[in-house]
Amino acid sequence: MRTHIRTRLRDTLLFCAMAAIGLVFVAPLLFMFISSFKDDAAVFANLDRWSAYLPAADWSLRNYTAVFEKSDLPSFLLNSAVIAALTVAGGILVNSMLAFALARMRWRGRQLVLALVVAMVIVPFEVIAIPLLSLVARLPWPAIEHGQLVLHMGWFNSLHVQVIPFLANAFCVFLFYQFFRDIPPELDEAARMDGAGPWTIYARIIMPNSGPVIATAAIVLFISAWNQYLWPIMVVQGEAFRPVQPGIQQFFGRTNSWGQIMAYASVITLPVLAVFLAFQRQFVASVAGTGVKG
Amino acid sequence: MKTRLGHEHPLAVALFASPAVLLFLLFVALPMLLAAGATLTNHRLMSPEPTRFIGLDNYRRLLALDVLVVDPLTDAQGAVVRDEEGVRYPTWRQVRSEHPGLESYREAFRVELGEALGGRRIVLAATDPLFYRSLINTFLFAVLVLPLQCGVALGLAVLVNQKIRGRIVFRTMYFAPVVTSMVVASIVWAFMLNTDRGMLNELLRGLLHDPDAGPDWLGDSRYALPAIALMSAWQGAGFQMLVFLAGLQSISPELYEAATLMGANSWQRFVHVTLPGLRNTIIFVLVSTTLLAFGLFTQVDVMTSGGPLDSTTTVVYHAVRSGFKEQDVGYGSTITLVFFTVVLGLSVLQRMLVAKGEKK
Repeated sequence: MRTHIRTRLRDTLLFCAMAAIGLVFVAPLLFMFISSFKDDAAVFANLDRWSAYLPAADWSLRNYTAVFEKSDLPSFLLNSAVIAALTVAGGILVNSMLAFALARMRWRGRQLVLALVVAMVIVPFEVIAIPLLSLVARLPWPAIEHGQLVLHMGWFNSLHVQVIPFLANAFCVFLFYQFFRDIPPELDEAARMDGAGPWTIYARIIMPNSGPVIATAAIVLFISAWNQYLWPIMVVQGEAFRPVQPGIQQFFGRTNSWGQIMAYASVITLPVLAVFLAFQRQFVASVAGTGVKG
Repeated sequence: MKTRLGHEHPLAVALFASPAVLLFLLFVALPMLLAAGATLTNHRLMSPEPTRFIGLDNYRRLLALDVLVVDPLTDAQGAVVRDEEGVRYPTWRQVRSEHPGLESYREAFRVELGEALGGRRIVLAATDPLFYRSLINTFLFAVLVLPLQCGVALGLAVLVNQKIRGRIVFRTMYFAPVVTSMVVASIVWAFMLNTDRGMLNELLRGLLHDPDAGPDWLGDSRYALPAIALMSAWQGAGFQMLVFLAGLQSISPELYEAATLMGANSWQRFVHVTLPGLRNTIIFVLVSTTLLAFGLFTQVDVMTSGGPLDSTTTVVYHAVRSGFKEQDVGYGSTITLVFFTVVLGLSVLQRMLVAKGEKK
């Protein structure tokens, strides 16, 4: 009986501690959302009290309408959505195919390629940013002008420069590899007996059974594409192909209205949070596995 | 489980492996190779002038370093000149004029030896003092953020591993900053760290009952880098928490039972069961967090632009400024490559230490 009470007490204390820490972690985000509905004077009121995190009496969507009217946010949102969608679709295809070759085919050089992929997982993009910049400045891109095929030099100011270099993703290859490796071989043995080729096995058996890892790879690719910052500020100068993160940085530098800045921040953060919350179970399960098994 | 692999036609292997492998070659390997070549040239991003081969000039400009000992100024009688700020020293311009060969050098650091040691000043001069400054800042940031972020992550993992109602909700709360973009996180924190109206200082003033309390977080060269480290740890800890959580769940419960039977309290169980069981996880988390810390750019670009007084300029920030803003690709590539070598060396060192630990 006494131990029962002690466990209850311990659990209650733990619960309170975890809730308090949780508040610290979400407070900045909560503040961002709440402030986006307040006018500028209300944003700065009561910052040392809880009411900073509570909706004000006269909350409104004024900041949102202002942001959509006076900035190019709608077109930036569209750019980011297209970039993210193409990166997710293409990335899932090429990374799962390489993982399939690594996990379910036998060939010379397999171990070497696998080791290189694992080594690449932890190299931050920032380290190769400048060399990559000087490479894409020299790459040709085909275009049709006056009915003739011409090659433009340089990939700057386009959507493809923000997609193609990020399709192959070592972390995603590794995620797919781990998952494919653990699919029992009996699953495709029967198909093999019937003479099914590797493409049939990949497309009809392996991929349809890989829902969780596809969801995880989609989240990883979506978040990294949506949150791109360093790369687009270097390769996109005009507004036509600018995505949302450089967009908010530019807006941040131009306006003094914190209410509107928070509205802008909320608009570009919500899609990522929504995608994450929708798939978080699969995501947590597969991301957590990488450190231990790797 | 051992997967039985079929024998595949090389063409089939090539079909599956080539798209991603070609992309890796084109967008990771080729840029690094080109960068190695570019370091030997004065290549610029958009320039009408042809690229010239300049040998090792970029490396010389980046790495050249000299240490000078500067004596205090003395008057006609040989006594040390002082003013209200203490001992006076000759200016860098005067020092440089006495040392031929140092024309293009500037001061990177200086240390003043106390009066007991002759009151001399030791000056570290470099042709690119900002590179050494940014290298030190980058290491300093890693030293600040590594224990903070990994320690918090481990603590959070232990917490959400408890059988407590609502732990999934808490886990999601701790993870929420990770999916927030670094740009948005930096902007929101720039608000919270504001000197006069930011909530962190409002809270400090309330707690200390002192209306003047609270430093100028992002405007004071002593606080800017720690403030960015704090913010970065907040943003990133949730990810390492997940990795630690998986590590915790892979430790066999029997080990804990055995330890309890032997009379170990919860702290002893943590030290003697949890930590050894997490060994590989800890190494993975430390290595990946270090490399992440070395990539520090976005927070600096949004919150401080490298200031105040270059106290938050990092190597990547310096490389982007040279290679992109000043369009000097040759020099930017040199910074990148030298830094890449340093990072590679460190991770090899880390691997060796790990291997040594395993043998024991």
